Amino acid sequence: MANNAKLLVGCAAGFSGDRTDAALPVVQALIASGQPAALIFETLAERTLALAQLARRTDPDAGYEPLLADLLRPVFALCLAHGVRIVSNFGAANPHGAARRIHALAAELGLSRPRIAVLQGDDLSGPEHRALLQGALGDAMPTEPIVSANAYIGAQAIADALRAGADIVVCGRVADPSLVLGPALAHYGWALDDWDRLARATMAGHLLECGAQVTGGYFADPGYKDVPGLARLGYPIAEIDADGHCTITKPPGTGGCITECTVKEQLLYELHDPAAYLTPDVVADITQARVQAVGADAVRLTGVQGHARPATLKVNVCFESGWFAEGEISYAGARAGARARLAGEVLRERLAGLGPLRIDLIGVTSIFGDDTSRWLDAPTSDSGDAQDVRLRVALQHRDRASAQRLLREVTALYTCGPAGGGGVRTAMRPRLGTVSCLVPRDAVAVRFEMVD
Amino acid sequence: MTSATDSTITVPLYRLAHSRTGDKGNRSNISVIAWHPALWDVLVEQVTEAAVARQFALRQPRQVTRYLLPQLQAMNIVLDDVLDGGVNDALNLDSHGKALSYLLLDLPVTVPAHLAPYFGGPTA
Repeated sequence: MANNAKLLVGCAAGFSGDRTDAALPVVQALIASGQPAALIFETLAERTLALAQLARRTDPDAGYEPLLADLLRPVFALCLAHGVRIVSNFGAANPHGAARRIHALAAELGLSRPRIAVLQGDDLSGPEHRALLQGALGDAMPTEPIVSANAYIGAQAIADALRAGADIVVCGRVADPSLVLGPALAHYGWALDDWDRLARATMAGHLLECGAQVTGGYFADPGYKDVPGLARLGYPIAEIDADGHCTITKPPGTGGCITECTVKEQLLYELHDPAAYLTPDVVADITQARVQAVGADAVRLTGVQGHARPATLKVNVCFESGWFAEGEISYAGARAGARARLAGEVLRERLAGLGPLRIDLIGVTSIFGDDTSRWLDAPTSDSGDAQDVRLRVALQHRDRASAQRLLREVTALYTCGPAGGGGVRTAMRPRLGTVSCLVPRDAVAVRFEMVD
Repeated sequence: MTSATDSTITVPLYRLAHSRTGDKGNRSNISVIAWHPALWDVLVEQVTEAAVARQFALRQPRQVTRYLLPQLQAMNIVLDDVLDGGVNDALNLDSHGKALSYLLLDLPVTVPAHLAPYFGGPTA
């Protein structure tokens, strides 16, 4: 990469479950610019990695993002032909498996074999790390079986892999903004303690890491925040300058919008103290940040400062924690609310002794309430005139058969419950608990390996 | 400059600001971003930690912390232990608490009437 041209980084996925058709316009825009460019896919939320670990148990070749080929196929040839580097955490619980799948995809598409770097070191689930986890978690160490344990690693190894010539860098757990900081470090050659520049590029990563959330997704509110073309949202591109400041744009001809409003919402998303946004690479400070529209669907972020990175790395540990069961049944027309409420009381009595039962009346109060359903028992609680009410109940239990009783009791309401109840749906799934801890940086051996 | 006889109106917060929720573990963060800089002072005055805690009485957060970002006319409200354990532990359909921004946006705010031209949403 020439290091006098400004770097462009595009994002084509913000989580596992995102649209898989966003990449092509982004890559076309990156290529049309003539600038050095990278493309990221972010597909690894907290739960996703634990689920991937479970998948790997039943199939040793699995454990990477299931939609990896769908995400990559539309743009793979273009990226390789034009030197658009790809960085992603779609390696999940099996980065080597992902690399094999990518090589197979290249062969399927008749492409020359790409250079793939696989990042290693984030996985702390092996027995050799158990004492480290026990020391870091103390009394919080799960007594249940551990499914996964992963450290959030940073951008340094990504940058090293890119400098070593990787076309694609496949990661497991990394801090999401590091997917963007890695290419910026490789391109500009900043020192790893250049805190202000690292913080600025980190916040560019934070704006990009949720995909369409900065281009009009998770935003539209008719009459208040209108977004054109929600079905054709363009995904974001950050132009990062030599000082780390960024301008966010999207491909021409796509739906969505980039405004000071969309950027401010994404800037603050999942932040706590704006003076101290902690990542493995830096502590970012946005208290002096400014957001300014510089054109149609183009917004610039400046004023970000940085401080020394933490001495520790965050580790997420997932463990088996029983079963989650839920069931629903609908009532409509006159006194729908009263009939739904009565059904809830029946279930509370039938399932007594199994632990707390959450009761929602969807159409009256559901997602604003808490798990104790305290609102239901409040003197002012009233189902009123609601004409279409769906009762939902949920519980969790260590024991599968006990959790399953909820499904059976909801189903039995067809003949045993209030009048006019219909549309029963029930579901169960294994529950994964998570707990976090901090470990010293030098306890985590991060490296990359070129895979041929 | 307001006089003692300036009229006020009470509107839901969504007329003054927009908002987005994020979650990490059992903690929710909700941004409150003014539609216009002219609305910032009244937001700072009334969207206080105590007012938010009252608005969230149904959820009983252990703590409410407000961070101000005047350069952005935005505040970040952090609510601790408000998600019944969070996405992996809660029984809620919306275990992330994505909808909670709209619980906050219903907060009644009393505003000098002359600020009405800056409100978000449809004009009367």
